This record gives sequence, structure tokens and C-alpha cells, in this order.
Amino acid sequence: MSSIYRPIIREGLWKNNPALVQLLGLCPLLAVSNTVINGLGLGLATILTLVASNGIISLLRNHIPDEARLPVFVLIIASIVTIIELSMNAWFHELYLILGIFIPLIVTNCAIIGRAEAFAARNPVGPALVDGLMMGIGFTAVLVLLGAMRELIGMGTLFSEAHLMFGDAAKNLTITVFEDYRGFLLALLPPGAFIGLGLIVALKNVIDARLSTKQTQTIIEIEAEAIPAPN
Amino acid sequence: MNQVQSHILKVSLMLAVFAIVATSLVSFTEINTREQIKENERQALLAALNELVDADSYDNDILADTILLPAVTELGTTEAIQIYRARKGEKPVATVLTSIAPDGYSGKIKLLVCINYDGSLGGVRVIQHKETPGLGDKIEAKKTDWILAFKGLSLQNPSESKWKVKKDGGEFDQFTGATITPRAIVTAVKKALLYFEKHRDELFEVTEQ
Repeated sequence: MSSIYRPIIREGLWKNNPALVQLLGLCPLLAVSNTVINGLGLGLATILTLVASNGIISLLRNHIPDEARLPVFVLIIASIVTIIELSMNAWFHELYLILGIFIPLIVTNCAIIGRAEAFAARNPVGPALVDGLMMGIGFTAVLVLLGAMRELIGMGTLFSEAHLMFGDAAKNLTITVFEDYRGFLLALLPPGAFIGLGLIVALKNVIDARLSTKQTQTIIEIEAEAIPAPN
Repeated sequence: MNQVQSHILKVSLMLAVFAIVATSLVSFTEINTREQIKENERQALLAALNELVDADSYDNDILADTILLPAVTELGTTEAIQIYRARKGEKPVATVLTSIAPDGYSGKIKLLVCINYDGSLGGVRVIQHKETPGLGDKIEAKKTDWILAFKGLSLQNPSESKWKVKKDGGEFDQFTGATITPRAIVTAVKKALLYFEKHRDELFEVTEQ
């Protein structure tokens, strides 16, 4: 069982990470990744929507006419987002006050329709749900990392305003890394988002390149051992 | 009808079915959440008002004791807005009105301004804005204490000419990297106080409903 899910997990978290490789959902990603907490908020809201939309589209995949699938996906996703927003506003008002502002942003996230088209529409419900969850987590991880970079460089803190998400008890979760920091505005403004994301993508490419040279080296070594030495 | 046409028809019908089902689900959710959302908003509004007007200082139903104020240039409002009045017995205590600062860094900033009957500020809160996160949004009470400093101030304290940010020679702090946002709010609050000074008795007039 884990053998079907393992590649899906690896794809979502690393190999095909929606934010770093597919470069989908940049609009909300760049807009709200200025602090760790903002990034986490958007990330959680995105995971919720991705899992729900992947699940429903996978369930309906045999009934969606192929020629009209994109408008149907848009319909389904827009309805899900609206229903989540309304229900949260009504029954989880506290949570809504925190995540509510992020929900409309999700509509601009093409990673959702991307996963619907590339995965959910072609796979059974189980893998589709896992794919939604993993892509969501992969997206969230990048959001939080980028948020941390921008917050640290821009304001010299980490986890500022954590109490908005975790209640007043989290007020002292804020870490002031640099005392008396004058702030670096660029990191908080949109250019900071682009530069930061560029650096993270570059870092991922470096790591991938290292890993693949290591792998080829091992293969060469194994091959070298396998070839019997001439007598 | 040839095969292509019948196929197109079939696909269109399916699309229509999806559209109808999706719309029905959204409508169904909307109808079922409407009351609850209204109640939540009412509670939130009451909580917001009680932050500005001490709940013990008045005894009327503040959410019902309202008048509809037509658009006022001084308040920056472009449509009629509701203002709330707090009274104790028959005596007016304070009024809470909405004021809009038109000149925020990214558009309008909507404020709730509470003015006591004696002309001092009960407090100011930002209820809607689009200022830059991490910079201009420090005007939110839940992010920094900046907006709380308005409590107790009036046109005499500081004097009218000092109702500016420090950069412009006034008394109010600006933020590092954001002057436009605080400037817009200080100006809007000052205008609201001036408006109140001129129209105080109208604002507290008891209207038969």
C-alpha cells in the first residue's frame, strides 16, 4: 500500500513541489509570504481546499465530460471555496477571523486546478486525497520558509503575531532575532518575495544536482566493481 | 442531428447539470449560514463597540439606538452610514461613528471613531484597510498599540494644530517605513472630531422609530 503512495508523497513534497518546480500559485504565494504566520495561514487554507477539491473531482471523474472538464473544475473549485468560506464564517467564526482573509486568495491559486487536471481527474479517491494533502504540505513548507526568510531579513523577528493564530498564549512565541534591527523594507515588499523565491528555487536545484552526481558516482562505482578485472 | 451535434448537446447538458448542482449547493449553504453569520457579525460589532465605549457607562441597547447619517464630506463617507449612540438613562454618553480616511497608502481606511459627549475620544479602531502587511497594518489594534493612543485625546489635547504626525510637526508617531498610513488616520480622526464639535446635538437627537 505504501508503495503507491510513496511516489505521490515524494512528488508533492520535493520532486514536483507546486511552489518550487511547477511554480504554480505564485500570486497568493508572493502576496502573503511576508511573515511565517501569514504563510502558515495561507498554507493551511490551501491544504484544506486542495484535499477537498481533489477528493470531489476524483469522485466525479467518470461523470465529467472530457471536452468541458476545465469549466467544470472551475465550477467545482469555486463552489468548494465559497462553501468553505461561508461555513467557516458561520460555525467556526474564530478560525474564520484568522484564515478568512486567505480563503478568497486561494481562488487565484492555479495549483488547485493544476492538481485537478493533472492528478485528481485520472486517479482514484485515495491517491487523489494523498496528492492534495502532499501538494498542500509542499506548498505550505515553501510558504513558511519564504515567510521566515522575509520576516527575518525585513523585520528581524520570527513568528511575529503568532497570537492571531494560536491565541494569546502564543504571544511570547515571537522571537526577536536581531535586537534594535532597523528593518530592511525590500524583503517585505513584492521584490523581496521574488528574490526570496528565486533563492529557494536555486537552493533546491543545487541540492538536486548534488544528489544526482552522487547517484551517478555510486552507479559508476557499482559498475566498476561488477566488471571483472582482466586477468 | 448528426453525431457531432448530439455530442455537443450532451456535453453542454452535462455542463449545465454541473452548473445547476454547484449553484444549488452554494445557495443552500448561503441560506443555511445566513442567520448564523448575521448573529456572529452582530456579536462582533457589539464586542467592537464595547471596546470603545465602556459597557458599564451606558444602559441603552446601543445596536438599536442608531441613526442613519447621510454621506458627510468631513467623515469621508460616500453613502449613508449608521451611527450608534450610548446613553445612560436619558443622558447622552458617547457616539460611535464610521469615518473613512480616503488617502491611505493603498486606498481607503475605514475607521470606527468613538467620541464621548464631552468631545474627548473614547477610542479609534480600524475596521477595514488594504495597507501593506508588515508596514501599514500596524494600525490594527491586534498588531500594535499605536491606535490605542487616541483614547482620551480631544481637539484641546493636543491643540488642533498638533493633530499631525511627528514628521509633519505634530504629536503623533509614524512607523518606520510608513508615514502615509498614520497621517491619513490622524487627519481623518481630527476631521471627525471637528464634525462632532459642530453637530453634537444633532448626533444625539432622539428619533421616534
